[in-house]
Amino acid sequence: MRADMFPRPIEKSGPGAKAAYQSFLPVALIIWLLPLLAIFLTSIRSAKDINSGNVFGWPSEFRLWENYTAVFTQSEAATYMLNSVLITVPTVMISVSLACLAGYALAIYRFRVALPLFFLFVAGNFIPFQILMVPVRDMSVQTGLYDTIAGQFLFHAAFQTGFCTLFMRNFIKALPFDLIESARIEGVAEWRIFWFVVLPLVRPAIAALAVLIFTFVWNDFFWANVLTQGEGAKPITAGVRALNGQFVNNWHLVSAASLLAAIPPVLCFFLMQRHFIAGLTLGAVK
Amino acid sequence: MADIAHTRPSPGWVKRNKLAIAPWIFLIPALIFFAIYVVIPIFESLWLSLYEWNGLYNAAGESTAVWVGFDNYVKLWSDPNFWTSLRNNLAWLILYMLAVPLGLFIALFLNQTVTGMRFYKSMFFFPFVISQVVVGLIFGWFYNPDFGVVGTIWKAIFCEETTNILGNTTFRCARPVPDILSSPDWATYGIIAAGLWPQVAYCMILYLTGLNNVAADQIEAARLDGAKGWKMLWYVVIPQLRPATFIAVVVTVIGALRSFDMIAIMTQGGPFGSTNVLAHYMYEVAISEYGERYGYGSAVASVLFAIMLVYISYFLWRMYQDEKDAR
Repeated sequence: MRADMFPRPIEKSGPGAKAAYQSFLPVALIIWLLPLLAIFLTSIRSAKDINSGNVFGWPSEFRLWENYTAVFTQSEAATYMLNSVLITVPTVMISVSLACLAGYALAIYRFRVALPLFFLFVAGNFIPFQILMVPVRDMSVQTGLYDTIAGQFLFHAAFQTGFCTLFMRNFIKALPFDLIESARIEGVAEWRIFWFVVLPLVRPAIAALAVLIFTFVWNDFFWANVLTQGEGAKPITAGVRALNGQFVNNWHLVSAASLLAAIPPVLCFFLMQRHFIAGLTLGAVK
Repeated sequence: MADIAHTRPSPGWVKRNKLAIAPWIFLIPALIFFAIYVVIPIFESLWLSLYEWNGLYNAAGESTAVWVGFDNYVKLWSDPNFWTSLRNNLAWLILYMLAVPLGLFIALFLNQTVTGMRFYKSMFFFPFVISQVVVGLIFGWFYNPDFGVVGTIWKAIFCEETTNILGNTTFRCARPVPDILSSPDWATYGIIAAGLWPQVAYCMILYLTGLNNVAADQIEAARLDGAKGWKMLWYVVIPQLRPATFIAVVVTVIGALRSFDMIAIMTQGGPFGSTNVLAHYMYEVAISEYGERYGYGSAVASVLFAIMLVYISYFLWRMYQDEKDAR
C-alpha cells in the first residue's frame, strides 16, 4: 500500500470503507457491462424466449452450444472468421516490419527531412478514411485487388505503417544512443547495428504494436465495405452485419455471432494486456 | 577519422556517404507504401472533388470524369443533408468530449490497490476492445422498443399487460414506448451515448496509466499542506495528468470525427438522414444504390479532411514544441 497515491488508498479510511468499496466494485462492474451481459444472456436463449419477450429474465433453457454452432452451420461465419485472420496477420507483419526500418531511420540518423517525414507519418495516421476512399477503391478495381484478401491487407498495412512508425520512432529515440555510437566506432555496418543492436531492444514495442494493430484491423468495418463486395473476402465485422440481415428477429443468433467476432481481440487484450496499454497511450503517457 | 581514411586506399563514394545514404535505404519501403496508399490518394481526392465522375472508364480505358470546377462545393452549400451531417458532427464533437471527464472519474474510482483490482481495471476497459460494429448491434438491441432492454424497462413502469380471449398479450401504455433510433430528434444522441461507452473506457485507461505516474512526493507535500479532495485533484493531480489529458482529447476528437461504424450499423444515417455525419454521408453519396458519385463524395470528404486538418496541425505543432525542447 502506498500512502502517496491519489485518491487516498481506501484502506486508510478504515475497514468499513474498504468493505463497502469492495462490495460496490462488482455492482459497478455489472452496471458498466450491462449491455454486454444482456447480449450474452440473449446469445444462450432459445428462439422461444426471444419471441415471447423474455429478454431480461432467466433463460427458460440454455442453448449455448446449439446457438453458437448454429451460427457456423447456418451462415458463412467460418469463412468470415478465416478471412479476418488472413487479413489481420499479414497486415501486422508488414506494417510492423516497415515501421521498424523507418522508425530506426527517423530516430537514429540526423538529416534535414527526418522531422518533416516523421510528421508525415503522424499526420497520415489521423486523417479521415473518407479522403482515401475513392482513389483507393478505384486503384483496387484497376489492379484487380478489389474484393480480395490481398487488396485489404495491403491497404491496412500501408495505413497502419503511419501509426507504427510514430510509435517505433519514439521508442527507438528513447534508447541510449551510446550503444549505436560505440558500435559505429567499432566499424559495425549500419544494417548490422539495426539487426543486432536495435532490433533486440525494441521487442516490447513490436509486441505492443502487434496486439494493437491486430485489434484495430480486426475491428475494421469501413474498409471491409469499401473494398469487398461478395462473401469470399469479407471479414467478420462486415459478416456480422450481413448476418444481421439474414437472421432477422433471430436475436439469439445475431448476439452469438457478435460475441464470436469479439473473441479474438478480447483474447489478444487479456493475454498481452501490458503491451496493449503501452501501445494505446501512444508511448506519451509512460 | 581523417587519419584512418588516409591510411586506406581512397574509399568509394558509397562508403564515404554511408551515414547519408543509410537512412533512405531504411525508409524507402515504408515511404513508397505509405505514399501509394495514403499520401497520393489525399491529393487525388482533393483533385477529384473538382470533377463529376461515376467511377466508370470508357472503352479506351480513360476515365469519364468531367471537370466541373467548384460546382460540387456550390452544390454542397445548398444541400440540406450536408448541413445536417455537419451539425451532427458538431454534436458528436461536443458530446463525445464527455468521455474525457467520465474516463477520469472512473479512473479515480478504480485507482486503488485492493485485491482483484487488476481484474476490475481490465474488465472496465473491455468495451474498447470489441468492435464498434458489435457495440452498435448491442445498443441497437438495447434501444429496441419491442424486445430491447429500454422497451422492457419502460413497459414495466408505464404499461399494463392485458391478455385477450385468444391469449394474445397486448400492452396498454400510459406513455408510448420511446423508439429512440427511429426518432429524428433523439437518434443521434442515442448513437453518441452508445459511442461514449468504448471511448470512456479508452480515456479511463489513459488516466489510470497517468495516475500511476503522478509524482508521489508532490502528493505527499500537498497532503502535508492540508490539501485534499477536490483541491488536491484540481491543483495537484490534474496538472500532472496533462500528457494523459492531451492524448485523451486528441483520440476523442478523432474518434468523434471518424464516427462511421455505429451509424452504419444502427441507423444507416436515417431516419430521413437525421443521424448522418460527414463520414457516413460521404460513403452514402459516393457508393450508393443510385450510382456512384465520386466527385461529390470527394467534395464531402475534402470538407471533413479540412476540419480534421485543424486538429492534426495542432497536434503536430504540439509535437514540434516537444521535439524542440528535447534537443
